[in-house]
Amino acid sequence: MRDWGDMDVLDLARLQFGVTTVYHFLFVPVTIGLSLLVAILQTLWRATAKTAYLRATKFWGKLFLINVAMGIVTGIVQEFQFGMNWSAYSRFVGDVFGAPLAFEALVAFFLESTFIGLWIFGWDRLKPGLHLMCIWLVAFGSMASAYFILAANAFMQNPVGYQVNETAGRAELTDFGAVLSNPVALAAFPHTVFAAWLTAGTIVIAVSGYHFMHERDLDVHRPAMRLGILTTLVGGLGLVLSGDALGKVMTATQPMKMAAAEALYQTTYNAPFSVLTIGSLDGRTGTPVIEIPGLLSYLATGSFNGEVQGINDLNSQYNALYGPGDYVPYIPLTYWSFRLMIGFGMLAVAMAVIVWWSTRRGRMPRHRLFWPVAMWMAATPFLANTAGWLFTEMGRQPWVVFSLFQTSAAVSPRVGTPTVVISLVGFTLVYLVLAVIALKLFFKFAKAGPPDAEGAMSTSSPSDDPEKPMAFAY
Amino acid sequence: MELTTLWFIAIAVLFTGYFILEGFDFGVGILLPVLGRDNRERRAMINTVGPVWDGNEVWIITAGGAMFAAFPHWYASLFSGFYLLLFAILVGLIIRGVAFEYRGKGDTDRWRRGWDRCLFIGSAIPAFTWGVVVANLVRGVPLDANFDYTGSIWGLLGPYALLGGLTTLLLFTTHGAYFLHLRTTGDLSGRARALGLRLGAVTAVPALAFLIWTQVAFGDGVTLALIVIAVLALVAGLALDYTGRGGWAFAATALTIALASAALFAALWPNVLPSTGDAANSLTHANAAATDKTLGIMTWAAAVFLPIVLLYQGWTYWVFRQRVIVERIPVA
Repeated sequence: MRDWGDMDVLDLARLQFGVTTVYHFLFVPVTIGLSLLVAILQTLWRATAKTAYLRATKFWGKLFLINVAMGIVTGIVQEFQFGMNWSAYSRFVGDVFGAPLAFEALVAFFLESTFIGLWIFGWDRLKPGLHLMCIWLVAFGSMASAYFILAANAFMQNPVGYQVNETAGRAELTDFGAVLSNPVALAAFPHTVFAAWLTAGTIVIAVSGYHFMHERDLDVHRPAMRLGILTTLVGGLGLVLSGDALGKVMTATQPMKMAAAEALYQTTYNAPFSVLTIGSLDGRTGTPVIEIPGLLSYLATGSFNGEVQGINDLNSQYNALYGPGDYVPYIPLTYWSFRLMIGFGMLAVAMAVIVWWSTRRGRMPRHRLFWPVAMWMAATPFLANTAGWLFTEMGRQPWVVFSLFQTSAAVSPRVGTPTVVISLVGFTLVYLVLAVIALKLFFKFAKAGPPDAEGAMSTSSPSDDPEKPMAFAY
Repeated sequence: MELTTLWFIAIAVLFTGYFILEGFDFGVGILLPVLGRDNRERRAMINTVGPVWDGNEVWIITAGGAMFAAFPHWYASLFSGFYLLLFAILVGLIIRGVAFEYRGKGDTDRWRRGWDRCLFIGSAIPAFTWGVVVANLVRGVPLDANFDYTGSIWGLLGPYALLGGLTTLLLFTTHGAYFLHLRTTGDLSGRARALGLRLGAVTAVPALAFLIWTQVAFGDGVTLALIVIAVLALVAGLALDYTGRGGWAFAATALTIALASAALFAALWPNVLPSTGDAANSLTHANAAATDKTLGIMTWAAAVFLPIVLLYQGWTYWVFRQRVIVERIPVA
């Protein structure tokens, strides 16, 4: 490893992309998952007229909004920084990659942002049915948004629907349908949405668990807890199925990434999956502690005896195909992030099962550590999401667009080190301060609990009285 | 019409729409410490833009995405070349967006004061910096054969660019004052009106200087016509504000912003980012563009979705058309 002091513009730009993207994606899955859960709670309220559901809607709506604010403002950075730090990349892929981003803004983000304003301020201005539609449109918009972004990212993993124009020095669009139906996007989208459900479900369990511990407002928190558990379990099951599909697509399109996930150097039939390895970080000389025979072959090919290509063979193939070079991603990171993604995800699911078992039919777990542990487990989906993205993006290296364009050629050629340092330090500091504030607010309102029945009702009836003050959902 | 021409106009429309819409919510943010005497007044001011600022901001995200797709070289050169300006805008938009949502979630004076400061700074920085960006766009910057900006941040802070920044800062602030005149009642509305009058008069000075400079250095017949009407609209706004017609005064500054922005893009045409060195390195609507295939798909998407967006955004403004009354804000 080199020293921090030796970092050049490329390293700094990569670090900045990592910091801003990981940070942004702390809020994205919560937005996708919680918008849906709030929409479901509000629908339940409309359907049953039970005040408890309205109180739950208000309570979770507020926590949802604390998160959304962060997701929105950090999202703008994502769009701008392709041009700022990665101008050579932008020139090369813009003809193909720009369209999904433009579609995202036009089709999804306008919808999300406009209707969220209507939902926040519209409680007493809109007819109940129309107001309910607003939160469903927000939920739909956030998912559509995810699809377009994942289609853009899928082009980086598995470029399709393009041809390279040598004269213009860029990839040009030939088939937009192919870009939008990229098999990587089709597998990554459900995987991401299920991850979002797992994340949101786990948060609902943790926050409801806090109120279970204090036995407060259980009429509101018990249904929310059930919904949270259900969401987590559906998300977990979906993650296994979609992850399996994604693994097979990855093996077909980016075999190096699959080999890097296991640090598998030699091409192997009946390849095992090591749960844990001791020894060198890159797995070259490591001793697997727990190994599941044939599992890697199954993940990659669907057969326990399938052939999984090894890193060394792939590297020689790529040398023949793309010219001499090192086409191996940073193995310690790919190996461990892959395991941590799966491990943390499984922990979240296990926690949901245990909480469900311990609270079934009105039971209350009595161990004093039960709820604190359950609450801390809310961190696991975030760690899993982060590990998953680190694996996906680092496993593609040294390419920024697999097989077409290397990351080292993608950086803005004329942007100097001081400029990137200023923005890297600036974003990092602002993000750190905001993280502290957002977390504090989240905890404050999570602990405060739902509004009482009167408070919840007073701001949720439509009124034609122009003199009536606006409802404060802010 | 050629697709590249159509998309040049589309990008200009998206930026212009952004300046008109976010212009007034920037203005409201900037006027917060000036017009809002107590917490209730500031809360009322924020509520005038609360339901709409987020939707307004999506205009720039769409403009950025559309520029990336339709003119990849324009997007790449502008965003990498004007790096620190965009960084400043981003930081402004971040703290401002969070401030809108978080201000009401604490109960101490200190908490609210802090977010009010963020709203002010986060509105003022982008309002100024967008003017600097657009002025540099029109004036051009040194580009190499790869269309990359070869200068430093100081090269983007020349007198013409700073004058452009001052113009948008003041123009957006005036626009915001007229908006508050329209959207609030009583004493607050009256003070917004009086301040709007003074602001409008002050704005006229740099705006006139900036637009005349633009006309003399980069203009033609079309820009002249646009600039003349833009200036007339600014003056009309003053008169309308004076006579108490806040809504029409607001429409007048919206027109000023629209026409001034149109004039700047007309002055830019057929370039999208001129090179001040070798003219061969200038980016034009032709050499910066994506393929006709991409532009064609984008055209269909815009034709279908932009009207829908305009409909539901327009509807939002209709839903929240009632004036915000300070006396109805809880004292808390």
